[in-house]
Amino acid sequence: MKIKGREVVEGKAHGEILISEEPIGFYGSVDIETGEFIEEGHQLEGKNISGKILVFPKGKGSTVGSYVIYGLAKNGKAPAAIVNEETETIVATGCILGEIPCIDNPDKDIFKVLEDGSEAHLDTNKGFLEV
Amino acid sequence: MHLTKEEEKLLEDDNPAIRKAMKLLTKLGDIYGAEEMVEVSSAQASGVSYKSIGDPGIKFLEEFAEEGGEVSIPTFANPAGMDLEKWREMNISESFAKKQNRIIEAMEKMGITITASCTPYLWSNLPRKNEHIAWAESSAVSFANSVIGAKTNREGGPSALAAAITGRTPKHGLHLEENREPTHIIEVDAELESISGFGALGSWVGREVEDGKPYFKGIKKAGTDELKGLGAAMAASGAVALYFVEDITVDSKDTRGLEKLQFGEEEKEEEYQELNKTENPELVVFGCPHCSINEIRDISNELKDEEMNKELWVCTSKAVKAWADRMGYTEKIEEAGGKVVCDTCNVVCPIEDMRYERTGTNSGKAANYLPGFCEQKVMFSNKEKLIEKVTK
Repeated sequence: MKIKGREVVEGKAHGEILISEEPIGFYGSVDIETGEFIEEGHQLEGKNISGKILVFPKGKGSTVGSYVIYGLAKNGKAPAAIVNEETETIVATGCILGEIPCIDNPDKDIFKVLEDGSEAHLDTNKGFLEV
Repeated sequence: MHLTKEEEKLLEDDNPAIRKAMKLLTKLGDIYGAEEMVEVSSAQASGVSYKSIGDPGIKFLEEFAEEGGEVSIPTFANPAGMDLEKWREMNISESFAKKQNRIIEAMEKMGITITASCTPYLWSNLPRKNEHIAWAESSAVSFANSVIGAKTNREGGPSALAAAITGRTPKHGLHLEENREPTHIIEVDAELESISGFGALGSWVGREVEDGKPYFKGIKKAGTDELKGLGAAMAASGAVALYFVEDITVDSKDTRGLEKLQFGEEEKEEEYQELNKTENPELVVFGCPHCSINEIRDISNELKDEEMNKELWVCTSKAVKAWADRMGYTEKIEEAGGKVVCDTCNVVCPIEDMRYERTGTNSGKAANYLPGFCEQKVMFSNKEKLIEKVTK
């Protein structure tokens, strides 16, 4: 299956899908050294986002989130790629600085058609995510 | 987005910080649907406090500075997490101070002037009407757009820094005249006798209009300090970056067909109750946004040689403090037992780690941020009542 989207940050990535139906505010939610999701009560609590194709609706919260995404990339613990319904500026800035491939505006309902743990390949030049 | 030849060269520049900055702006421009860049004449760097940006922020700023990041236009820093000189007197920990100083050093290395204040327009950086700028402090953005008539979006920390380095920002949003029209009419029928009255109004309107552009009718009088407080509150409870006050900031605007909201005495009282959660503050803080010299004079006059039994901070910039020192206002506040604190405020300093639980403020902005960012119970009131609390 292919999901088409808009390129926010170019690149190719391969990894397991990890889905959050809740928005993510990275500051205070993710351990920058390990990639572990630490926000209590969040759907992803206890999961590790490192190397995953992270699927969530959009970013939220503090603009410091951009620095967290960048820091994860510098520590080698960033997601392999990010797929959003709508990438707002906090996540976009983090992905641009951390050179993390990112697409948004998917042509399908990503929360219905994608499943946690399935292998996927993203190539923004081709403009799609392939599961 | 269309880039000029010069801008395309910046994307290929030998300096990696310039390349990165230009790439960030180009990408953000594409996301916002900007057609081109606009040159900006000054920038304001936010995310200066260690409390706000943490270790990831230090890492980012130090690497940018290390790679040769240097500002190409006048750039001023927002408040830090402590008084940069008298932090020990504030009971800031050594470890916090060390990290805060690394942020300041990285910014200095890039050529950012360490004004450490949210009110540069009061004493060092006053843009002119229609000047394009890239500012990041939400209250200063609101003041620059609304009171001065300069043009800026609400930049984030990294995008403001990128604008400072390249001298450009994507031309979209409030840089375009067609996006600078009012969205709501606010009919004010209440006495706004003090800065806290304007703060209550701003806090209420920000929540109602979110990122709208309110047009106020019925405000008879408002000075610079009142407008500074009004805009700051709307940018905290909402995301207002441009507002209009009839006969004060604008002569008139076409407001036909806009949604009307009424703010009367009842709404004002309700907003005070909404923000006021205690009558017993341990600490009273003025200066959110940073106090002007007139506000400091008024506070020092109000003290009337009374002994204080609780703590009082008056937050301001280093520049304004110099005048307060010269005029004897600082001495009067200190003799009464208060402090004039520079470079920071009670929102961006680690007040929650300094044993405080209840803070008094006359600021609509601080009253919105203190419960969440600083775990404080807030007393929200006017200057006179707050000073009564620390002296009686």
